[in-house]
Amino acid sequence: MTFNRRTFLGAAGVVAAALSAPMVLAQGKPRVVVVGGGAGGATAARYIAKDSKGEIDVTLIEPSRTYYTCFFSNLYLAGFQELSDIAHSYGALAANYGINVVHDWAVGVDRDAKTVSLAGGGSVPYDKLILSPGIDFVDGAVEGWDVSAQNKMPHAYKAGSQTELLKAQVMAMPEGGTFAMVAPPNPYRCPPGPYERISMVAHVLKENNPTAKIIIADPKPKFSKMALFQEGWANHYEGMVDWIGEDFGGGNVSVNPDAMTVTIDGEETKVDICNVIPAMKAGRIAEMAGVTDGNWAPVNAADMSSKADPDIYVLGDASQQGDMPKSGFSANSQAKVCANAVRGALTGSKVFPAKFSNTCWSLIDTNDGVKVGATYEATPEKIAKVDGFISQTGEDADLRKATYEESLGWYAGITSDMFS
Amino acid sequence: MRWSGILTCAAVAMATTSSSSATEDLGDAEAGKVVFAKCKGCHQVGEGAKNKIGPHLNGVFGRKAAGLDGFNYSKSLERAGNSGLEWHADTLSAYIENPRAFASGTRMSFRGLKKPEDRANIIAYLRGFSDNPQDIPEADPTARGTDHSVDPAILAIQGDPEYGAYLSSECTTCHQIEGGDAGIPSIVYWPDEDFVVAMHAYKDKQRPHPVMQMIAGRLSNDEIAALAAYFNNPE
Repeated sequence: MTFNRRTFLGAAGVVAAALSAPMVLAQGKPRVVVVGGGAGGATAARYIAKDSKGEIDVTLIEPSRTYYTCFFSNLYLAGFQELSDIAHSYGALAANYGINVVHDWAVGVDRDAKTVSLAGGGSVPYDKLILSPGIDFVDGAVEGWDVSAQNKMPHAYKAGSQTELLKAQVMAMPEGGTFAMVAPPNPYRCPPGPYERISMVAHVLKENNPTAKIIIADPKPKFSKMALFQEGWANHYEGMVDWIGEDFGGGNVSVNPDAMTVTIDGEETKVDICNVIPAMKAGRIAEMAGVTDGNWAPVNAADMSSKADPDIYVLGDASQQGDMPKSGFSANSQAKVCANAVRGALTGSKVFPAKFSNTCWSLIDTNDGVKVGATYEATPEKIAKVDGFISQTGEDADLRKATYEESLGWYAGITSDMFS
Repeated sequence: MRWSGILTCAAVAMATTSSSSATEDLGDAEAGKVVFAKCKGCHQVGEGAKNKIGPHLNGVFGRKAAGLDGFNYSKSLERAGNSGLEWHADTLSAYIENPRAFASGTRMSFRGLKKPEDRANIIAYLRGFSDNPQDIPEADPTARGTDHSVDPAILAIQGDPEYGAYLSSECTTCHQIEGGDAGIPSIVYWPDEDFVVAMHAYKDKQRPHPVMQMIAGRLSNDEIAALAAYFNNPE
């Protein structure tokens, strides 16, 4: 077990000892390795380390030192959040719970030897491996676009520099210009996300560039919270947003990043900004580990274990679990079920039955928040929806404001649940 | 409304026996009773008032901060009391203006009353339930018990805190275990009974919030008791 010195962040005070004799730390204790420090991985690492009280050696592999949450990154586009508000680091996980945080890319999994290899060299052994790598994009999903074009036509669907770039483009858009979005097919991360983004971009343009236009090419016939968004767009941004769904050729799209054109159902349009959100698949490490079937990694609902390997668990966006949407809330919920099961398997702690829940808040305009949510249970086949609710059209302004304020409280809650 | 009659008499008495500035300082107790609605979720006052989520407020004037036996105060308020903080009109006003600014670490999950007249009115109202200062007459009973229809057998269930700790992870996606309350209320350190009553009110759809109705809707009586036992003292 070796670590690249520059990428190792240990519990305060033990860094030197860990580097000189890393095996001593892990000796005799069961070892959990978590790949990916987002809503699934950070939560799972934190709960396993916290609740096992030192009985389990937990290593978290995450390339970014500063993690920007995808949730609330749309609010940053409109200035409702600063970039620093959605930035988090892993210092508390190391200091408070003794989690070994390794800032590196996991580049391979040897399921026979039970090790994860790192881009910086070396490998980390595990008894249980939790993969929570989020999403990658399907190659060739949008004709004319690949990741080498992401600086001209950003996806901004992994938060950070891409989000900054998209915001800079929106702020610099010529008067009366056109913002285009190529929306993704199902299933994808954060179902209301593209449409909240449209709302936030419209909010900025209404203030700074009211004659600008927004077009959305969408391969889907309908989308999450559709009635709520369309009502909001009509109320707040009348005449600005043109949604072209499947029925009108929204799925027949190609782009030309050099010419900055978008062709929808044969009709070419010159645009000023093109936000391409391609079809998605599980983060690459899941495929490397051989636990994917198609684009996603099938899991057992009771504990989030992979259907391909009982010692590997897959959380969040990368998993194919059933009815839960791919969201940070879902990943956080699944992580707790998984953490409970992994602790039980390794230390014999009591395992309680799985329960899952999700709520997704979206902002349409200042103080105009909406939400959708559901509870779920584990069945032998999948995670199955039990009960749900959604905000209603025509709700009064006070309720919408309270819903927005609630989303701020949720953000503080979930990020504390992941990183504190 | 016997209380309002007595209060009017008291105000008249005050006006005739003390300077006009003193009456202005006192605020309007009747208006304070209305503002106190914001406090009633946690604090009882009047005859039979008990410690609930917050301590009862009978006799609060002249009392040492964190001074009631049998109430689980924050370390922050205990420290303040031990350092000599007593509740009088001026200290109460500063506290309720912004509880967290006045005593960081207080468990009082309340944003504060920004308007000076609201604070003056509520303090005038609370003075009615204190023997000290002496010129305030004994208060009439006004506080009501907690209205609820939860079966005593359900309230009597002893929750399993270990199970509650596991179930709590569903709550802590939104409610912070450290007790933060911006946008989403704090649920830590509640007396078990208040917690159980609130959760059953969501379960029975008497309280209106859709997320909470959904979450509580599938919790069993034992699970609600377990959560109450855990959140009562999550440290």
